[in-house]
Amino acid sequence: MSAPLMGDASEPTLFEFSSPGRRAFSLRTTDLPDVPMDALVPRPHQRGEPLEIVEVSERDLVGHFTRLAHRQYSVDLGAYPLGSCTMKYNPKICDEAASLRAFAGVHPATPPSAAQGWLQVLVELEEMLCEITGMAAATLQPAAGAAGELTGLLLMRAYHAAKGDHRTRVIIPDSAHGTNPASVTLGGYEVTTIGSDERGCVDVAQLREVLGPDVAGIMLTNPNTLGLFEEDIVEIAAMVHAAGGLLYYDGANLNPILGVVRPGDMGFDIVHMNLHKTFATPHGGGGPGAGPVAVSQRLVDFLPGPRPVRASGGVGFELVRPPASIGRVHSYFGNSLVLLRAWSYIKLNGAEGLRRVAEIAVLNANWIRASLRDLYDSPYDRPVMHECVLSVASLKRATGLRALDVAKRLLEFGFHSPTVYFPLIVEEALMIEPTETESPETVAALVVALRTIAEEARADALAGVALRAVSSPRTTPVERVDEARAARQLVPTFDASSYHH
Amino acid sequence: MVSDGGVRYDAAMTIPENLRYTSYHEWARLGENGIAIGITDFAQEALGDVVFVDLPTIGSVLNVGDKLGEVESTKSVSEVYAPITGTVIAINEALGSAPETINTDPYGEGWFCVIEPTDEDGFAALLDAAAYTELTDH
Repeated sequence: MSAPLMGDASEPTLFEFSSPGRRAFSLRTTDLPDVPMDALVPRPHQRGEPLEIVEVSERDLVGHFTRLAHRQYSVDLGAYPLGSCTMKYNPKICDEAASLRAFAGVHPATPPSAAQGWLQVLVELEEMLCEITGMAAATLQPAAGAAGELTGLLLMRAYHAAKGDHRTRVIIPDSAHGTNPASVTLGGYEVTTIGSDERGCVDVAQLREVLGPDVAGIMLTNPNTLGLFEEDIVEIAAMVHAAGGLLYYDGANLNPILGVVRPGDMGFDIVHMNLHKTFATPHGGGGPGAGPVAVSQRLVDFLPGPRPVRASGGVGFELVRPPASIGRVHSYFGNSLVLLRAWSYIKLNGAEGLRRVAEIAVLNANWIRASLRDLYDSPYDRPVMHECVLSVASLKRATGLRALDVAKRLLEFGFHSPTVYFPLIVEEALMIEPTETESPETVAALVVALRTIAEEARADALAGVALRAVSSPRTTPVERVDEARAARQLVPTFDASSYHH
Repeated sequence: MVSDGGVRYDAAMTIPENLRYTSYHEWARLGENGIAIGITDFAQEALGDVVFVDLPTIGSVLNVGDKLGEVESTKSVSEVYAPITGTVIAINEALGSAPETINTDPYGEGWFCVIEPTDEDGFAALLDAAAYTELTDH
C-alpha cells in the first residue's frame, strides 16, 4: 500500500492506493428513484462476491488525478504546435453548450417528437458543414476521422456496386496520413501509392499512368501533409472522374481553407471532417471525436441512416433512412455532444469568423517558416497553408542533433512538441502547426525557442561538448523516456495481484 | 556513426565492398548455401531504433521486389523487399527478441533471411558497393 506523496515521488497507480473496505463518501446522484437490485436482476444472476476493484477514499482519488493533471501538458496550458493535429484552443462556451442539461440529459432513444431541439441542432450542423465544404448532404454518425474514412470508402464501394461496376484499387499519394491506406484496406480495396513531384504535390504524370477502369477513387488531403495546396486539383479531379473514379477528401487539414475554398468546388465527391480538430473539441487524449462525412448529390442515397432531416411537411424535424443506405456506422446519432460543440463553434464565429480562422492559421504558419528557414532546412521552400514542414537533416549532419532532440528540448521552453518524423518523405521532419489561436507574442516565443535550440546545438558541437538537447527534457515532471525499450518490452497490463496485501 | 568528444556526427555510411545492394536499401551476400539478405547501415540509421521485425516464413517463394517482411522503428514501419527471386530457406529468429541487432550490426548478426536463388543472374544484376555509395551520397 502506498501513501500519496507530492514532490519528486513517482505517482503510484490507483491499485497501490487500494485498501479493503475503504470507500468514497460521496457518489454522483441522479433524479431517478432507487430501484431494488432484485427488481432489476433476478437473484440467481446477481454476483455473490463483491467485484474486485480498487477501494480508495474520495480524498486519495481526487489527489491522485489532480497530481497527474499537474504533470500533464494540455491545450489549455499553452501552445501545442502538433502538425496535422490542429490542436487549437477551444472556447469554453462550446463546452458550456455541451454541458447544458437540456441537451446532455436527453436519452438518445427519446422519440423524435420529444427531441426536436436536438434534431434541429443536428440538421443545422449538417447544413452548415455542407455549406462550408460545398457538398449536398452529410452523415454525422462517424466517431472520428478514421471512422469517417471507412464510412467514405464504404460509400464509394456502394456507389460503384450499385452500377455493377467492380473496381479494386484506391490511389493514395506517398505524403498521405497513415490512416488512409489502413482505411482503404479495411474497406476491401488495394492501395496504389503515387509519388510527389519536386513541388511536393501529386505527380500528375504518375497519376495518369496508374488510372484505369479498376480504380475506385483517389484519397487526397488538400492542403496536403506538407502544408501545401494541391494546385492541380481541378485537373486531377477531371482525370479521376474521366476514369470513372471518385475523389475522397481527407478533412484533417480543413482549417486553413474555411470560408476560402470548398472541396465540393474542387471536384471532391466524399469529404470527411474532423470536428474535434477544426470545430472546437479538446482532443488528443483518445477522444471523443466526430468525423462527419459529406457527399455530392450522386452519393446521397447511400448515406448511413437514419438521418435527421427537416420534416416533409415543412414544420419540425424527423428521421429518414436513405433508400440505398449502407446502414449505421455508430449507435444513434454519433458523438452528439461533440456535434453540439461544433454547432456552437460555427454559430459563434459565423462565416466571417471562420474565414478569419483560416487566414490567421495560414499567416502564423508562414511566419514560423519564414523565421526559421535560415537555421532549419525547408525542403519545399514556398508559401504554406496551416502548417510548415522543416527538416533537421543539415543540423544533424553538422552536429548530430535529431528531430526527436529538438522536440524534447522544446518541452523545456514550455511548449508542446511539434509532430516529428512525419510526413515520411521528409528526412528528420518537424511538422509545425501553430493554429490561429496563438497570439503573435506566443508565435514569436516559439520561433525564439526553436532558433535557440538550433544555435546551441551548433555551439555545443563547436565546443566539443555533448548536445544539451540530447538529454532533454530535464525540467519536466517526467524526463526523457526510452521509447525504444518501451516498444520492445511492451507490458500493456497491470498485475493487480502483486498489490494485494 | 563515430564519437568525437561526446558529440555525434554522421560518418560516411558503412558500405562493405563484398556485398550487393538494392535501391531500396537491402544488401545481399553470396554464400555457399544461398544468399543472405539484410538492410543496410544507411537504412537502419534512417529508421532509428528498430523495435519490431516481421520475418518471412521458411519455404516462401518470392520474386524480385516482393514484400519480404517489415521493420518497425520508433519512427515508422518500412517494408523490406526481396532483392532476388528464390525460396526462403532460413530466417534470423533471434531478431524476434533482439530487434535492436539491426541497428548495432546490420551486416552481421542483424541479417534478415537466406534465399536460395532460382535465377542465376539475379545476384549479379544488383548494385555493387560503388553504385550504392553513389545512390546514398546525394
